[in-house]
Amino acid sequence: MERIPILKMGKFLLVTIQVDLYDRLALTLEEDLIQMVHKTGARGVLIDISALSIVDSFMGKIIGNIAAMSSILDAETVVVGMQPAVAITLIELGLPLSGVHTALNVERGMALLAARMPEETDSEDVDDD
Amino acid sequence: MWTTTNQNKEQLSILHDRDVIICRNRIKEVAVKIGMGIVNQTKLITAVSELARNMLIYAGGGNVIVEVVARGREQGVKIVFEDKGPGIQDIAKAMQDGFTTGKSMGMGLPGAKRLVSEFNIESTVGKGTTIKIVKWKNG
Ligand SMILES: Nc1ncnc2c1ncn2[C@@H]1O[C@H](COP(=O)(O)OP(=O)(O)OP(=O)(O)O)[C@@H](O)[C@H]1O
Ligand SMILES: [Mg+2]
Repeated sequence: MERIPILKMGKFLLVTIQVDLYDRLALTLEEDLIQMVHKTGARGVLIDISALSIVDSFMGKIIGNIAAMSSILDAETVVVGMQPAVAITLIELGLPLSGVHTALNVERGMALLAARMPEETDSEDVDDD
Repeated sequence: MWTTTNQNKEQLSILHDRDVIICRNRIKEVAVKIGMGIVNQTKLITAVSELARNMLIYAGGGNVIVEVVARGREQGVKIVFEDKGPGIQDIAKAMQDGFTTGKSMGMGLPGAKRLVSEFNIESTVGKGTTIKIVKWKNG
């Protein structure tokens, strides 16, 4: 079966989505990512969507699910590289993408996650998003 | 498979989730060909994705017909989604943000309407649903 590779980079997991995903493939990615967060104890998940031409309600839901489930497993999710046209469209579509951080690129996304780590060990506030 | 029905109409049947991607890609090509900008292209194919997926989920599939249309000097892309599914009981309700019978978010129909220039929905319970949209190049 076709799968999107997930890379482990220190405390974080990185997924680079290189093609538009059909629904089954997006669902598989969601399952695989949650498994990986659980198995590796990763503290952050970076999802690079710079190659995605759209984020529709389905993809939005998948991203939201990943963020919600990762958060239960004590990992934060950052979506990086969203194209400006995609961001504009998402707002008009009416999707909030709640609980998800965004960053311009992978580097900045990593910095954002790293900056949040010491804060997190102070207080174990699970529903802090 | 895409089939050309007449000089400028193309048709695709949506039967699998992969067809939704094929459909989006082809409509993007058509939008690029008439010189539509990236923001309007993205809005259009996002709407297409919502409506094609609805056909797949709620009607078990359907047909998409694409054509380039003109209004004076301005060109646009017109798309018809037709299915022979169960139809929609209460269209006004289905068009509201957050209404879903599929335990989803209920954003597809109202969101798609906001993203295009023209949106027309007709549905008969037991017969099916037809949705027509137009996105003008600068609309
Ligand atoms: N082609 C169709 N045939 C029959 N019913 C439909 C069709 N399209 C939409 N519906 C009905 O209208 C409702 C609203 O559709 P809409 O796309 O707005 O939301 P959704 O599909 O439930 O959720 P989302 O699109 O946010 O994942 C659906 O739950 C379904 O009951
Ligand atoms: Mg829908």
